[in-house]
Amino acid sequence: MGLDPRELLIEERLKDVNRVITVVSPKGGVGKTLISTALALILFKHNFNTGLLDLDITNPTAHLILGIDISKFSPKEEKGVIPPVIAGIRFMTIAYYSKDEAIPLRGHEIVDVIREVLAITIWGQLDYLIIDTPPGLSDEVLEILRLARPEVLIVTTPSPLSLKSCERLMKLLKDSQVSIVGLIENMSYDTNAKIVTLCSKYRVKYLGKIPYIRNLDNYIGRLEDFIKCEFVKYLENIAKKIIL
Amino acid sequence: MKLKLKFKFYSLVIKGLIILVHEWALAEALIRYVKELSKERGVNRVSKLVIKLGILQSIDRNVLEFSIMELAKINNLIIESLVFEDEDAILKCRACGYEWSLDMSELDEDVKEAVHFVPEVVHTFIKCPKCGSRDFEIVKGRGIAIKEVVFRGS
Repeated sequence: MGLDPRELLIEERLKDVNRVITVVSPKGGVGKTLISTALALILFKHNFNTGLLDLDITNPTAHLILGIDISKFSPKEEKGVIPPVIAGIRFMTIAYYSKDEAIPLRGHEIVDVIREVLAITIWGQLDYLIIDTPPGLSDEVLEILRLARPEVLIVTTPSPLSLKSCERLMKLLKDSQVSIVGLIENMSYDTNAKIVTLCSKYRVKYLGKIPYIRNLDNYIGRLEDFIKCEFVKYLENIAKKIIL
Repeated sequence: MKLKLKFKFYSLVIKGLIILVHEWALAEALIRYVKELSKERGVNRVSKLVIKLGILQSIDRNVLEFSIMELAKINNLIIESLVFEDEDAILKCRACGYEWSLDMSELDEDVKEAVHFVPEVVHTFIKCPKCGSRDFEIVKGRGIAIKEVVFRGS
C-alpha cells in the first residue's frame, strides 16, 4: 500500500478548474506573492472565476496583501472545506489554521500539508487557480508540479544571481515537460537582453517587465488602493497575454 | 466544549442524512483507494477494513463511519467489517531527542480544531516540554491511514 489515499482525491478536487497556474521564482524577494495575488485580482476583475492558493506553507503572506484579519475568516466545512471569497476570489491559506504564527516544518511534513490541503479543499468551478509558492525548487513547488500538473509562470529580477538560477529552473521545467505560461521580469527599468535571450533559448514566452516601484510597500494591506496602483496596471497588460 | 458541541450537532445532522464535515472528504480518499484495490483484484466485497485513527486529528468516529459506509454504497463496495484503531500521538524533539505522548485534553478547543484540519499546525502550538523547541517529529498518531484491507476470497 504505497500510495497515499489523499492523492487519489486531488485530481477530483481540481477537475472543474480550467487552468491551474503556479507562480514560481528561482530566488526569493522577486515579488512573486505580489504578482500571484495581483494576478488573481486582475482575473476576477475580468469576470473570471478565480481562486488563489497560498502554498508558501511555512511563511504564508498573501493574506497580508489582501489586507484581511485572518482570525476573522475560515473555510466553510462542507464535505471538505470551501475557501472563503475575499475580494471576489476564493482564497485558501494555511494561515487560517496556524493563526498567522510560525509553522516550523521539515520537507516531508510540508508535503503532508500540501496533500491534506489539496485533498480537502473544494474549489468548485474555477476559470483560474493561481498558486503562490516559496522560492526555488522547494518541496512545495516539486509536490504541486507532481500532484496538480499545473502551468508555470516564472518571475525573476534582472539580477545576475537570479539569471543563473532562472536558467537552471527553466532547464529543469523543460526537461520535466512542464507547460510554462511565460516569464515576468520584475523590478526592472530596462528590458534585460540576457533574460530575453534566455527565454528564446528555452522557448519560454517573455511576457514583459514591471519596473521597480518605490512606494509599493505602502499599498500592502490596502486592497482598494493596491488594485489601482501602478504595479497592478503594469501586471494588467501582462495578464492579457496570459489570458489569451 | 465548543468542539464537542459541534460534533454533537453534526451527529444530529447525520440523522437527517446531511453531512457537512470534512470527515467526508477523508472518507472519500479512503474509499477511492479501496475502490482502486477492488478493481485490481476484481472483487467488490471487503471482509475487513481496518482504519488507523491518529488522535492528533480528533476524527469523529461516528461521522467517519457513516461517511465510509455511504461512500461504499455509492461506489458499489460492500464492507462487511469496519474496524477503527486509535493511535496515540507520539512526538519526538529533533533538538534534544526527548520523546513524549501528547495529551489532547491539554489543548485549547481552537487549537484542536485547527489541528483537526491540518495536523502539522501542531508545530505552531506545541513545544518540546524539555527544551522548548518546535522542531519535533510526529512519530505516530498524525491522522487517518488504512492499516488493512481484506477482500472476500483474497
